[in-house]
Amino acid sequence: MHELSICSAIAQTAMDHAGGRTVRRVRLRVGHFRQVVPDTLTYCWDLQTRGGPLDGCVLDVDHVPAVVVCRPCGASTPLAHPILVCGACQSREVELVSGEEFLIESIDVAEEVS
Amino acid sequence: MGRFHRHADGTVHSHDDHSHGDHSHADHSHADHSHADHSHEHEHNHRDVGDHSGYATGVERVEVLEAILGENDRVAAANRAELAAHGVRTVNLMSSPGAGKTSLLRRTIPALANRLRVGILEGDIATSIDADALTDLGAAVSLVNTADGFGGECHLDAVMVRSGLTRLPLADLDLLVIENVGNLVCPAEFDVGQDARAMVYAITEGEEKPLKYPVMFRTADVVVVNKIDLLPHLDFDLDAFRANLAAVNPTATVIELSARTGDGLDPWLDWLTSVATGH
Repeated sequence: MHELSICSAIAQTAMDHAGGRTVRRVRLRVGHFRQVVPDTLTYCWDLQTRGGPLDGCVLDVDHVPAVVVCRPCGASTPLAHPILVCGACQSREVELVSGEEFLIESIDVAEEVS
Repeated sequence: MGRFHRHADGTVHSHDDHSHGDHSHADHSHADHSHADHSHEHEHNHRDVGDHSGYATGVERVEVLEAILGENDRVAAANRAELAAHGVRTVNLMSSPGAGKTSLLRRTIPALANRLRVGILEGDIATSIDADALTDLGAAVSLVNTADGFGGECHLDAVMVRSGLTRLPLADLDLLVIENVGNLVCPAEFDVGQDARAMVYAITEGEEKPLKYPVMFRTADVVVVNKIDLLPHLDFDLDAFRANLAAVNPTATVIELSARTGDGLDPWLDWLTSVATGH
């Protein structure tokens, strides 16, 4: 259970990039092989932000599928489980091209009304 | 950059970002942010209101593209640099609770005494039981209790290790072993500044563990298979375990040993020595 410390890190980064403006939304990209439960993350986000400067800020978790590309045959295989094998030719000579992302992609901040 | 969304029906698609960097604030109204180009059946937070019409002001998207654990990674890099500056090589030792990390270190420290100057950074949620078990063996031991000021965390992160490093005589060490909190999930996610990762797996845990905790098993450079002395007493299938491990981590070095009897310790000592000497 490290979702709370992750939420604390997300909140800090979001505020660093907001330049004092109100953060409405934070978008994450989380790969399929990261050990984060999206529902737990959003629950912890509510706990983390309640009553503070990020109160009401929405956390969007974009799930990135895990995909391997086979070196011998070139096929792409989406993986549900981290057994790195080509779905087309069963080769283990595969490269994981997505699924380990753990990024804060962008934030939405309130604009000043001029 | 395309963004992926998982819909309620399980399908996944990507679409381009709504870049707001190329037009002025004046030329986009709230309607620009209504996300009309895709439906809003994503697995969003329950407070997701779909469009921004409820906002008192408009919104501006700010690209961030930073690693979520970027701050941890920066501190880990600082740890790594400081350790390297003192000529110390570092192993992050991880396992489930009770797999035998401390027992293995009790064997390891005296056995390495003629080869290397060893320090231990001992991570536990609470108590000094493990640190106490390692003192008087000739190694410098620094204890980090994650319950003391670190929220009782289930893992060591780079900041906790940084705090523990201040209590170690780094100039007098060749090898630092960081004994992480017993846990097969969280420690795998946090870089602490190590040069290599080792995990202890006990054959009492069952053959399927690499498939159940793949991230931990994937991160390990070495998997120590401990309690091998119990093999005659268990229904443990060593070949099945090796196949499961190879499925998630085909390159891991596997070392079978018994921390209790000391059998099979030499390959482990040799591996630590190779980490410490850099070859």
